[in-house]
Amino acid sequence: MDLWRITWFTLATAGLATLLMAFPGVLLAWLLARGRFRGRVLLETLVSLPLVMPPVATGLILLSLFAPLGPIGRLLGRAGVEIVFTWKAVVLAMAVMGLPLLVRTVRAGIDQVDRRYEAAASTLGAGPLRVFLTITLPLARPALLAGAVLGFARALGEFGATIMIAGSIPGSTRTLAVGIYSFAETGRDAEAAALVGVSAAIAFTALWFSNWLSSRPGVRG
Amino acid sequence: MIALDFTLRQGDFTLQICQRLDARVTALFGPSGAGKTTVLDAIAGLRTPASGSLVVGDRVLFDGRRGVNLPPQHRHVGYVAQDVALFPHMTVRRNVLYGRRPGQRLSLDAVARMLEIEPLLDRDVPQLSGGERQRVAIARALMSTPELLLLDEPLAAVDVERRRRILPYLERVRDELSVPIVYVTHDAAEVRQLAEWVVVLEQGQVVRSGSPDVV
Repeated sequence: MDLWRITWFTLATAGLATLLMAFPGVLLAWLLARGRFRGRVLLETLVSLPLVMPPVATGLILLSLFAPLGPIGRLLGRAGVEIVFTWKAVVLAMAVMGLPLLVRTVRAGIDQVDRRYEAAASTLGAGPLRVFLTITLPLARPALLAGAVLGFARALGEFGATIMIAGSIPGSTRTLAVGIYSFAETGRDAEAAALVGVSAAIAFTALWFSNWLSSRPGVRG
Repeated sequence: MIALDFTLRQGDFTLQICQRLDARVTALFGPSGAGKTTVLDAIAGLRTPASGSLVVGDRVLFDGRRGVNLPPQHRHVGYVAQDVALFPHMTVRRNVLYGRRPGQRLSLDAVARMLEIEPLLDRDVPQLSGGERQRVAIARALMSTPELLLLDEPLAAVDVERRRRILPYLERVRDELSVPIVYVTHDAAEVRQLAEWVVVLEQGQVVRSGSPDVV
């Protein structure tokens, strides 16, 4: 069995998914923490939706959007990009499912940043973007790292959305989580158990790292 | 010239002020809860008046009727808040240089010398004492070459001994730079030493104003 191949594939796709969710995730966290606009609660609800919806349902929505005849899939198809049932679909499913955790963690971190620092920076001539990049983000760095680790950990374990949009193609889209299911289903219990062991070790490491990050004291004046 | 003529509401509290300030140093004097800090916040653009106008020199910062409300970063108002809010993740030098504008005449050396913070420049903020923080915060505000400097109880956080040592720095800022200062305090001795004009606030209203000797 390709234990190492599956492990490596899962780590790589989860890493890419974390990169993919980082920019929109931090932007959303900022909007939710500091923005004052109509529809903020609606946006917050939408962002968190994948956290509470059945992942399989999220996967089906993604599938209908990104399938070759779906609204987004058709556009991408014209550009020669195929998503569903490729490794790109794995990354997409992981990113969508990990995003809420990233946003919520980073948002909580930004909430903790004392607004006095942001106010002081603005009286010194800094516009909103400069305040965010030079004051808010550096002061929220522990939460930023913790959010990325949580999003990554969630991506590692993603199953429901992945199986809908990427399937379980050996050597092509099979991740640890999907692999465990496929092996167990076909009676290959020893291989399933090995993947469980690897998953547990990675999950433990990621969570421990995340907790360690958030237990560290932030910078204080 | 600073022309304040505005009303600002905050829950049950209403601040109403109509004053023209021409002095080099104006003190806002009064008990806590009188609205002194709110006046500074409004001038700096951190709170928005309900109505009225706010003019510094020939620049309109706020005009409710014409819909003018400059954001803080465009007001060119230096503000040293009571808690000074030095950026904890930057060295003193980076703090002081944060608001420097391109092509300005004031050099870091000159400001650092005036406030005697040269030995502190490479320190981290958590290592500073209360008095040092005050001086660094004043330097940081000055380096943004403001057209007006707002100081909120710059001496409240320091003990009497240090207070005596910081006052001369404020006098230097007053005498060496042509930046008008509006200064919040509840200490009458400070008013006599620094201010040329006093505005006394109580419960959001101006009850008296004039030169320190008269008031």
